[in-house]
Amino acid sequence: MFNLERIRKDFPILSRKVNGKPLVYLDNAATSQTPQHVIDCIVDYYSNYNANIHRGVHTLSQEATDKYEAARQTIQKHFNVKKAHEIIFTSGTTHGINLVANGFSSFLKSGDEIVVSALEHHSNIVPWQMLCERTGAVLKVIPMNEEGELVMSEFDNLLSPNTQLVFVNHISNALGTINPIEEIIQKAHAVDAAVLVDGAQACPHIKPDVQDLDVDFYVASAHKMCGPTGVGILYGKEAWLNKLPPYQGGGEMIAEVTFEKTTYADLPHKFEAGTPNICGGIAFGAAIDYMNSIGFNNIASYEHELLEYATQQLLKINGLKIYGTSKHKTSVISFNLEGIHPYDVGTILDKMGIAVRTGHHCAQPIMDYYKIPGTVRASFAFYNTKTEVDSLVEGVKKAQMMLS
Amino acid sequence: MTIQEIQNDIIDEFSMFEDWEERYQYMIDLGKTLPLIDEQYKTEDYIIKGCQSKVWVHADLDGDRVVFTADSDAIITKGIIAILIRVFSNQHPKDIIEANMDFIDKIGLKEHLSPTRANGLVSMIKQLKMYAIAYQTQLN
Repeated sequence: MFNLERIRKDFPILSRKVNGKPLVYLDNAATSQTPQHVIDCIVDYYSNYNANIHRGVHTLSQEATDKYEAARQTIQKHFNVKKAHEIIFTSGTTHGINLVANGFSSFLKSGDEIVVSALEHHSNIVPWQMLCERTGAVLKVIPMNEEGELVMSEFDNLLSPNTQLVFVNHISNALGTINPIEEIIQKAHAVDAAVLVDGAQACPHIKPDVQDLDVDFYVASAHKMCGPTGVGILYGKEAWLNKLPPYQGGGEMIAEVTFEKTTYADLPHKFEAGTPNICGGIAFGAAIDYMNSIGFNNIASYEHELLEYATQQLLKINGLKIYGTSKHKTSVISFNLEGIHPYDVGTILDKMGIAVRTGHHCAQPIMDYYKIPGTVRASFAFYNTKTEVDSLVEGVKKAQMMLS
Repeated sequence: MTIQEIQNDIIDEFSMFEDWEERYQYMIDLGKTLPLIDEQYKTEDYIIKGCQSKVWVHADLDGDRVVFTADSDAIITKGIIAILIRVFSNQHPKDIIEANMDFIDKIGLKEHLSPTRANGLVSMIKQLKMYAIAYQTQLN
């Protein structure tokens, strides 16, 4: 049962005030809020079994290791991963992307091609540009259309026997468009290219099955799915992870070290150099448990209801334009008021206790496409209410009145 | 008027506002008072890029005083710029360099000068002082 009132009580931060007004938190695409269950897990870790993992013989180290590895298994199960060691703990999505980009730099040669989408976050563009500069590979971009969707017929033309890697986000952070990754993966595999999917924006809303998708790499961040910041995962097919060289040197990632030669540890430790974010990993597992206790079907259908309602209400405001109008989108609304800078709208909304994101959302190419400096982005989570949508609408009207 | 006197005037004016709405409406109205900069200076050479809003600043020496003009594409940012220009323009470089910025806090606009706002204002104030340092050297 989806009980909104009870769910809201799970999040202590939702009852605080901002600028004297009840907080209306609509910046969930930037970071989600943390339920008491996850906060308790973090407190429990530091209160009861904080220790370094994988090498201590003492009880605390054993307990911490068990919980950390149990979290890996929770994550494995959630994403339907075949083997637990195909899950690499990272510091977040950006780290996972860089790890793969760095790995590919040892295979790529001049003339090879990497395909990315026009809907990418900067963290998805910059590592590949750096990779292309290093290796002489060429970066190709799948264009977008007015609705904020990828032009898939163009994608077909970009693929060639030279394509080594295709790289796309599952859901666009700036517009909320759900990309057809099934089709992208299938077509990329037909030319023997690997596919890396950025799931940062998708994982708070849907439960990806990596085996069913047959995706080669999938990355996500805990802090977008009710977990703490500074931790995330890279899923990679075992064969790929064995093929990629280690990313960072250090403790944990070695099997044997002499001054002549070092042999690397097995997966997943090969990619987990140094002391990891132990508490973060364990809390990530707790966050996934929490979200599953609510149920991703419930989350998706309620968020869709919120999206429809908010879209309807916002479009009643004269001069308001929504960017990203695909039929396939999650609960993100990017918009502008005619003749008004998004920064000004965001500033007025903040004064009313309403948290939205303004700016280019680290996706400047999208803003360039629409020829705008940025947008106001309201992104909804399953704990938001229709009353909060109403507050947003009132806030936007007030901002329009003050700023026109 | 000295920088300090102007700042005191602004603090007095702002103390008359009852709530944030009046304060912001005042800044928005200030932001609407055009022009703050000659169009020829609204180019890449004079831009200070914030992550969110753009700011253009131009400086000139008039006798022994620095004259600033500036603009922004966001109106609240522009309102704050109007206040900064009122404080710093037509002042001696030395006074600009030595001026403190406490008044921003006293009129309740400190949040706009936090680095997280990324509106270009923090860089703008640095830029104003840099111009002042440059002109001070020239005058010496």
